Amino acid sequence: MPMIEMKNVSKWYGEFQVLAECSTQVEKGEVIVVCGPSGSGKSTLIKCVNGLEPFQQGEVIINGISVGDPKTDLPKLRARVGMVFQHFELFPHMSITENLSIAQVKVLGRGPDEARERGLKLLDRVGLRSQADKFPGQLSGGQQQRVAIARALSMDPICMLFDEPTSALDPEMINEVLDVMVELAQEGMTMMVVTHEMGFARKVAHRVVFMDQGRIVEDDKKEAFFGSPRSERAQQFLSKILHH
Amino acid sequence: MLNLDFAFFTPAVVSGYVLKGFVFSLQLTAIAMLGGIALGTVLALMRLSSKPWLTLPAAGYVNTMRSVPLVMVILWFFLLIPLVIGRPLGAEMSAIITFTLFEAAYYSEIMRAGIQSVARGQVAAGYALGMSYGQTMRLVVLPQAFRNMLPVLLTQTIILFQDTSLVYAIGAYDLLKGFEVAGKNFNRPVETYLVAAVLYFIISFSLSMLVRKLQQRIAIIR
Amino acid sequence: MNWDWQVFCKDTIDGNMVPRCFGGAGDITYLDWLLSAWGWTISVSLLALLVALVLGSIMGILRTAPHRGLVLLGNAWTELFRNIPLLVQIFLWYHVVPALIPPLRGVPSFLLVVLGLGLFTSARISEQVRAGIQSLTGGQRMAGLAMGFTLPQTYRYVLLPMAFRIVIPPLTSESMNIVKNSAVAFAVSISELTLFALQAQEETSRGIEIYLAVTGLYFITAFAINRVLHFVEQRVRVPGMIGGGG
Repeated sequence: MPMIEMKNVSKWYGEFQVLAECSTQVEKGEVIVVCGPSGSGKSTLIKCVNGLEPFQQGEVIINGISVGDPKTDLPKLRARVGMVFQHFELFPHMSITENLSIAQVKVLGRGPDEARERGLKLLDRVGLRSQADKFPGQLSGGQQQRVAIARALSMDPICMLFDEPTSALDPEMINEVLDVMVELAQEGMTMMVVTHEMGFARKVAHRVVFMDQGRIVEDDKKEAFFGSPRSERAQQFLSKILHH
Repeated sequence: MLNLDFAFFTPAVVSGYVLKGFVFSLQLTAIAMLGGIALGTVLALMRLSSKPWLTLPAAGYVNTMRSVPLVMVILWFFLLIPLVIGRPLGAEMSAIITFTLFEAAYYSEIMRAGIQSVARGQVAAGYALGMSYGQTMRLVVLPQAFRNMLPVLLTQTIILFQDTSLVYAIGAYDLLKGFEVAGKNFNRPVETYLVAAVLYFIISFSLSMLVRKLQQRIAIIR
Repeated sequence: MNWDWQVFCKDTIDGNMVPRCFGGAGDITYLDWLLSAWGWTISVSLLALLVALVLGSIMGILRTAPHRGLVLLGNAWTELFRNIPLLVQIFLWYHVVPALIPPLRGVPSFLLVVLGLGLFTSARISEQVRAGIQSLTGGQRMAGLAMGFTLPQTYRYVLLPMAFRIVIPPLTSESMNIVKNSAVAFAVSISELTLFALQAQEETSRGIEIYLAVTGLYFITAFAINRVLHFVEQRVRVPGMIGGGG
């Protein structure tokens, strides 16, 4: 059974179709990178995975549980699916430690001390132990995004979703975030990553999904995608991105 | 449960009691709006000048007006105007003067924000074309400030229209008073207050819907 | 003109000067009356503020909920209480509501005014709370949900703490407005400052002194509220945010 399975997912905003019959799957331990020009629907697609964006047709199944089923306890499911956002979305009124422990306590029901310990351990892991008592607004973008990854990990997720995690960062901060992600991938985390960082894709991705105008145009093994993408759009996209 | 009976609201009653008050409320609103915006614009220009002898009095005036309850301002003017001019003045006239001067303080804050919303480069451009300060303001800055602030100015006018009911404090004959007198004379206060509330609501609500439409259109033009 | 501040030391019934200005044993001076009127103004204002904050927050939150019916309810509430003049609303509570709902006939007019002023102001507060919540990026709501919070938890832990910090400045001016607006209570015979001003002016003909004292007390009350909320604003500042400490 795949960890994430999407079957013919379609979504409309009013008359406008943003996703058209998107199907793909992510096996346990697999890393897939989703790329495509802006407006291609990739961010919407990844938000459909944990039901942050509702979709009108199709099915998303995470670890055997259907996301679109009205009977599904979405909060409970989302608690097991880590998500990292483009703009970090740390909670600005809480210290870093509180950011890391609040959901452990309120959602998973862990004790405050246990949650704090776990949070600090993960801060260590992303190299930010010394920032534990600061507030998000006092950290650089790269640091905030590393905290956001630690926050997602604090919930012991069964898989992780990344929605353009480096596109809001200054160039010199991109690598510190990618390093954490590469490490995570090498440890065997199941990951779905929307990104334009093709270096990351070459290094750790198993498969690459290319989207255009709401459709999944390519869904290939990494080697095949970078070797010779079949569609013209993907070729154009790649040549643009790689020659920058 | 009380039996409501609106049958006494004949056209004769409406024109005999309510219409006169309605006309006064509209007059009061219109005069206080036009006078208030004119005076408020002057106050705003004074506050934005670099000369303390202009800024300080204007700021003092605006802040004083804004920190006193409107009802008290109405009472103050009703007390003071006769002392100043040496003869009694009717409640209606007193209300008109009061509201014009009071609203000027609120309109001036709106105009100040409006003038500040016009890019600084516009003033420089005016001067660069050889315009005087007065010409730059009149021809370049104020027209843009008015357009930017039109929805806010109108929203303030809706508030003004609602606030005119406070002339109750000095017994001026406005829309609310018209309803009240009718209610007393026919011993139907419950019905008259209800109708008054509905009428005020319809007027204010439809005006604010219009302002919202206008806001969208201005946003598009910009 | 000549001032006569001793008017406040006069007995309200026989007009005789009372030594030390405070009446005792059944005698009331204008100073006594003024202070008691101030007490009524403060009580009406604070209680109405409480009503307005609770109801205004609830309605403001409903207007941001992902549910059409709740949004509609919040919108209707706001439009209803925003588009009828305050004085007319006070008359509705005083004359109309008890007539239509008999159990309310025994309710003291003080409470009716608190309700009237509170509901009127709740419409304005709901507008500010809605704007505060909507000023947060949609990403914060998503981040809360993505962590596994339920929608109420997302509001409780993520959205509202920031939204309320953002709306403190407009809430401060609305709280000062409530003090000023409490003046309409005179119209239904609540013995607050404006009614005192009207009646004492009539009885003593010392309008200017009376009005100055009343205006001063309104000013002091509004200013005190301003300082308290300013203190709150400082206390809850978030480090690292614009204007925040540290």
